[in-house]
Amino acid sequence: MVEAGEWWMLLAAPAALLGFALVAVAGNAALDARSAGRSVTATAVVRPFLAVPQALVTQQRRMPAPDRLLWRVGVVVVPVAAVLSTLVIPFGNHVVADLSVGVVWFNAMEVLTWAGLWLAGWGPNAAFSLVGGYRFLAQGLAYELPLMFALISAATGAQSLRVTDVVGAQHGLWYAVWMPFAFVVYLAGVLAFSFLGPFAYPAGRDIAGGVLGETSGVDRLLLQAGRWLWLAAGAAMAVPLFLGGGAGPGLPTWAWSLIKTLLVLGLLVWVLRRMPVIRADRYVELAWVVLLPLSIVQALVPALVNLNL
Amino acid sequence: MGLTSTVLLVVLGVLALTGGVLVFTLNSMARVTFALLGSLVCVGGVVTVLGLPYLGVVIVLMMVMEMVIMAVFMIAYMMNPAGLMPMSMLHNTRGSLVISGLVFAAMVAGIYVVPWPDRTGARPKDTTFQVGMSLMGDQMLTMVTLGFVLLATMIATVVLATHRGRYDRFGDDLDQRPAKDPAGGGVGR
Repeated sequence: MVEAGEWWMLLAAPAALLGFALVAVAGNAALDARSAGRSVTATAVVRPFLAVPQALVTQQRRMPAPDRLLWRVGVVVVPVAAVLSTLVIPFGNHVVADLSVGVVWFNAMEVLTWAGLWLAGWGPNAAFSLVGGYRFLAQGLAYELPLMFALISAATGAQSLRVTDVVGAQHGLWYAVWMPFAFVVYLAGVLAFSFLGPFAYPAGRDIAGGVLGETSGVDRLLLQAGRWLWLAAGAAMAVPLFLGGGAGPGLPTWAWSLIKTLLVLGLLVWVLRRMPVIRADRYVELAWVVLLPLSIVQALVPALVNLNL
Repeated sequence: MGLTSTVLLVVLGVLALTGGVLVFTLNSMARVTFALLGSLVCVGGVVTVLGLPYLGVVIVLMMVMEMVIMAVFMIAYMMNPAGLMPMSMLHNTRGSLVISGLVFAAMVAGIYVVPWPDRTGARPKDTTFQVGMSLMGDQMLTMVTLGFVLLATMIATVVLATHRGRYDRFGDDLDQRPAKDPAGGGVGR
């Protein structure tokens, strides 16, 4: 049975999300060190976190005529939406709020990053960062619909938008097993809304960092944190949607949730380092010509199964 | 409806109205767009409080996407290209005042004139299913018609807006492969 609405979950869920994000950053740093030929030591792993205190005290860069309000709103929205998305993600037997429309809630919070990143690109009144904001929208138009159909596939399989119902409907057979395409599209969507790895196009080096280009200090820290928090939230949501939630032999449910989330997170970090950045104009065509029709067919599968056809 | 819901409803309603007023008083296209988005998010909240969480959250989801895309086009098509210079959302002030006054009067009249049905039976726990049954059952014809109208509108506007057709892409005999496109896509058609 899933327990919802315990007060301590309000603190534990964001803390767990932050923990997963830190693990992902540390893992990425360790892989960085390995691929650079350095030895993977504790120093190498904590290296990215050394920039945190510096970011907190550093003086912010100023631009001529920025839209400071919208800039600040955009920068704050990205990590805040990631934290809000954890509201509906069950961890073991616990969830903050077992909303009847949990899947849609997660989707809506993820879409808030569209607004956040575009505002973060618009705010500084600088060309490259605005280009970065536009790039995220172009990418969003490509990844969003296949991602929505992946979510719809899981919800259709469970005949419910409640995330705990989706977990309950997977007893015995995970959705990742009989809806593998939806699972893959979902994972690609996770990388896309955290604009990491192959989807780092909005923050590309070719436009001097794009949406991140003009941010400094706390703003930059928040945006970077938002990226990794979203990666962690996406990995955590993959577990109830496609990997049977906390179900598993032997261990307690929270342990299974932890193990599965870490495995998905590890997979995502490994993939995001292996793939080159994809231009949005290339990905749009792939998404609309190949991924979207296939994900609609994928959503048809659980629909037909539920109709006993 | 409990006290909390009533308070929430009033607060969200006032915030939505404030956002609506800001749309016409702010002087930056980006700020105007996001004031409108804020207003519509509050409307989503109102719908949720009224007991239709699915429609409420979907309103938030769709409106964020729509307003962000709209911001792109509004800024692109505006008279001052950057969109950062002062602008106003007020056009044809007298005419629009008359139209909005009439629409407002009609809607307020509608509230009092329409014979609202009384509740029969208890409120279901999860209203999403009822919304779906109602839209895809009794109102199926409406939804199908609306769907086709929307699709036809989208295709028509794209056809009218694009200056390149299939003969530009595939040549006069439509046999040119790959297509001659200004930017190559990821599938290599």
